[in-house]
Amino acid sequence: MTETKLMKGNEAMAEAAILAGCDAYFGYPITPQSEVLEYLAREMPKHNRIVMQAESEVASINMVYGAAGAGFRTMTSSSSPGISLMQEGISYIAGAELPCLIVNVNRAGPGLGTIQPGQGDYFQSVKGGGHGDYKMIVLAPASVQEMADFVYLGFDLADKYRNPVLMLSDGAIGQMMEKVQFKPYTRPAVDKSWATTGKPGTRNRNYITSLFIQPERMEQHNLKLEEKFKRIRENEVRFEEINTADAEYLFVAYGLSARICQKAMDIARDKGIKIGLLRPITLYPYPYKQLEELAAQVKMMLSVELNSGQMVEDVRLAVKGKVPVEFYGRMGGMMPTPEEIVHHLENLIQYHHAN
Amino acid sequence: MEVVEEMDIQEQTIGIAPVGCSVFAYDYMDIDMQEAAHGRACAVATGIKRLMPDKYVFTYQGDGDLAAIGIAETLHAINRGENILIVFMNNAVYGMTSGQMAPTTLAGMHTTTSPDGRDVGYYGAPIKVSELMAQLPGAFYVTRQAVNNANAVRRTKKALQNAFKYQQLHKGTCLVEIIGNCPSNWKMTPIEASKFIDEEMVKTFPLGDIKVPKTEELKTI
Repeated sequence: MTETKLMKGNEAMAEAAILAGCDAYFGYPITPQSEVLEYLAREMPKHNRIVMQAESEVASINMVYGAAGAGFRTMTSSSSPGISLMQEGISYIAGAELPCLIVNVNRAGPGLGTIQPGQGDYFQSVKGGGHGDYKMIVLAPASVQEMADFVYLGFDLADKYRNPVLMLSDGAIGQMMEKVQFKPYTRPAVDKSWATTGKPGTRNRNYITSLFIQPERMEQHNLKLEEKFKRIRENEVRFEEINTADAEYLFVAYGLSARICQKAMDIARDKGIKIGLLRPITLYPYPYKQLEELAAQVKMMLSVELNSGQMVEDVRLAVKGKVPVEFYGRMGGMMPTPEEIVHHLENLIQYHHAN
Repeated sequence: MEVVEEMDIQEQTIGIAPVGCSVFAYDYMDIDMQEAAHGRACAVATGIKRLMPDKYVFTYQGDGDLAAIGIAETLHAINRGENILIVFMNNAVYGMTSGQMAPTTLAGMHTTTSPDGRDVGYYGAPIKVSELMAQLPGAFYVTRQAVNNANAVRRTKKALQNAFKYQQLHKGTCLVEIIGNCPSNWKMTPIEASKFIDEEMVKTFPLGDIKVPKTEELKTI
């Protein structure tokens, strides 16, 4: 039987990295995720794995680049300001098609901001962040259990598509303690014959690069990447629906916001408001199709986020104006209460649908 | 590449090409290579070498790449004593972007961004990378050579041979600085550029070994 443990999200993620066979972790301390580096500094050497505190996030992401290019399973983690510093490296990793896992324990910004949780890095995560045309697969955990589970999933998706995967968590999920189980895991076999392991006489040299100086070749590379992103959009959309079968209204929320919305949903349903929740699990690829289908059923959608309104733009893209799409959010590390969300919902229902 | 072939270590060698004139280094070497972002070669090399400690790993970086944007990654890699070889091409100018001032541009030297000559009061003096890095305990072998005549090329080759061999010892970083020229951006003929190295460059960047391993440290080779 799988043992149940009580752990912090950050520590569960670190433990899962070890169980997933992560060969090397490179990181730099930053609140609220320094536990990851601390946990791995203690545990990785026991498994003969590499753990290194780099001189900066810029260095750690490039160490990930080197290790991933040599064919190893590797990851880094940080929080918002550190993830901003990594954007150059992430763009190169995506361009060179290197598999790796990057974890952002999102804190509120902009700038140095605060060490409290936030979801202000949505745009950075799903719309680019670094330069050039690329996408990361973005996984949004809403529990300590998912912070562990998405490490396995993230590494496997990275290997499958030769693409960086971002786990976008937040300071609350990372710091909270919950029950977690580490399920048995078998690592899928992956071909890494492209890795730079030293060139034997029996093959051509391997060269890891994102440089294609001839426009014709660069465009070919862009098209190859776009074809990959299309396959990802077709095959990897993940989401959770709660109470949508009879829903007349819909919350759309991910991560911590989705947890708060679940409570708000219970309160609203007790008041007779038939509301459901769609929780995107992958933020890229985004569940546009499911939201479009639900737009034929519900009267209004409310996107709840810990930012000034970022994901709501994707909800609007999905819904194509068929029903009103509204936004409610708090910033600066402040959390909305479920009651506050329900109050806002009632006002919006009154505004749109009072007959 | 000649050194790698002579030592017959192609199968064990991984190179890292930087951004700058050296960006096409991979075109001249039939070995596995990785292209690094501008200045990040030593971090990339760290990622490779830590996971494959028995391979030979080297970076090939210019003065802008190593001494300006990448000096933090370089200094920390050497301070950790990463068992890598850093080949540092110093021609005192940004070549790829056509002739801007580098951290190693000589005092008074004219470049497109120091049209009246490098003013050390405004920009500081040229950084002597090898002397700076040799102070770090992680540096095992530091030498500065040139390639502007046949004898200099022979000495540079010898330095590279040493540096590759020393990687087997796992005792620290080898830094081989090579003073090169850039006639097109120096606005000189190749002969003038070669003379400029002998008469001007070496005044700021004297050639020779800066830090050499002690004899007893080399016993196992």
